[in-house]
Amino acid sequence: MSEINNAYLLKELNEQFSDAIVSAEEPYGMLTIVLHKNQIVPCVQYLKDHAQLKMQFLTDLCGVHFPDQKGNELGVVYHFHSFINNLRLRIKCFMSADDPKIDSISEIFGAANWQERETFDFYGIEFIGHPNLKRILNVDEMDYFPMRKEYPLEDQTRTDKDDTYFGR
Amino acid sequence: MENTIGNYDHKAEYTTLNLGPTHPATHGIFQNILTMDGEIIVDTEQTCGYIHRAFEKIAEHRPFYQVTPLTDRLNYCSSPINNMGWHMTVEKLLGVETPKRVDYMRVVIMELARISDHLVCNSVIGVDVGALTGFTYVFQWRERIYDIFEEICGARLTTNIGRIGGLERDFSPSVIQKIRAFVNEFPAALREFTNLLERNRIFMDRTIGAGPINTERALHYGFTGPNLRATGLDYDVRAMNPYSSYQDFDFIIPVGINGDTYDRFMVRQQEMWESLKIITSAIENLPAGKFFAEVPEFYLPPKQEVYNNMEALIWHFKIVMGEADVPVGEVYHAVEGGNGELGFYLVSDGGRAAYRLHFRRPCFIYYQGFPEMIKGSTLSDAIVTMSSMNVIAGELDA
Repeated sequence: MSEINNAYLLKELNEQFSDAIVSAEEPYGMLTIVLHKNQIVPCVQYLKDHAQLKMQFLTDLCGVHFPDQKGNELGVVYHFHSFINNLRLRIKCFMSADDPKIDSISEIFGAANWQERETFDFYGIEFIGHPNLKRILNVDEMDYFPMRKEYPLEDQTRTDKDDTYFGR
Repeated sequence: MENTIGNYDHKAEYTTLNLGPTHPATHGIFQNILTMDGEIIVDTEQTCGYIHRAFEKIAEHRPFYQVTPLTDRLNYCSSPINNMGWHMTVEKLLGVETPKRVDYMRVVIMELARISDHLVCNSVIGVDVGALTGFTYVFQWRERIYDIFEEICGARLTTNIGRIGGLERDFSPSVIQKIRAFVNEFPAALREFTNLLERNRIFMDRTIGAGPINTERALHYGFTGPNLRATGLDYDVRAMNPYSSYQDFDFIIPVGINGDTYDRFMVRQQEMWESLKIITSAIENLPAGKFFAEVPEFYLPPKQEVYNNMEALIWHFKIVMGEADVPVGEVYHAVEGGNGELGFYLVSDGGRAAYRLHFRRPCFIYYQGFPEMIKGSTLSDAIVTMSSMNVIAGELDA
């Protein structure tokens, strides 16, 4: 049996999902692949069920927004961890901001439930098949997605504050 | 005859009970909407976000040093761990190697923080079953830890301790003396606290079997830290991905069996003993050398030099204004926080602030498992289960 490392992981993924893998790199030692968003559920299921890899822990799930990547503005970043091999993997899926939809993995990992809600709350990414997709940290009445880059930190229309002495 | 039982609406008999948001037994601002059948919990829905402060958005507009005070306010029972985790994340991005002395000093501070975190959590479990004595007794020992923090960095609760590349100042003789005194005197107090609760019949009756979860379900819900270890899985970031020279220290990872409230309590108790071992070993073998790495672009120079030396003043100004160049890249770094794997996912575009910073807050993730743990149990079990999970509102809501 070959050693289980990033190269082996990438080889296994390439065999199964060669069409869906857009790119792969290793920043700071963690294998990072950009995956086509249609394949996320089968890929996560495959990694979880794989006899050697055993990626059975979802460490983290969050959104990112790159307004300059036209057509792929919004992204979801998954971090997986295989305790047995002590191997981590980062998967990124990008989608257009006009139609931000991706399949939910909360059926496979219950930990994704709230994290997907959080991502929806802040980035407006819709997770298809999520059991209870609603805002989690922000108020329910909010009608925008505050972590997107077009929203400044503070409401620029505020008139009750005079910031001229602070140079902003 | 067919209409007597068949059309009976069971749901109409259920009571809805709001536990929180400001209930004293929740120890923080979060709400549980419980559906009760008498004393038994049938269903629950959690609401969170009452103290959401948009840290991730703020972090996208602040230089790295101004993010440290934000991390203080995540798990405020063990702020130094959060501070150091953040500094280590930036060091990883920059590729900074810290001297051994820095690592050991950090280990001492982080383990003290872990003890204070576990002390609060465990004594509060006692409070929730009616044993207030232990709580009032161990709080003076948490106070002693805060005195040490105060001596090191000037602050007690929200510490903002350390710098990128090291610590702001070396341990003074009085810090060393205070840590030694704590390590010598605390075991007697911890033993007394142990005697008070560990084999206490009432405490055992209240906690054994309350809020159990097995390893498989715990992994499914993304449990980490003492809550996961109480189910029997020995996952600890300190051992699996050692940071800050944890590989130099000899410690065991205590695990439980049943994953119930009593096991979580016991795991934390044992971890305090292990932390004491680590602190003793680190303070006795504290390597000589500098207490900071050679990164003038990021390590704030000492004030004495800023006032008297032009170069130090320029560095100080550039660092405070966030003018130093950072590499483009993305990095994930995790530390073992007081209640689990505290991760920082940092995306840098080379600008003065993080392009994206995501905190992997352990309690936000494992609090999802709470409904499954309390369904079918009584309200009083739900209260002790919640306090034994160590859910900290600041970390839950970021």
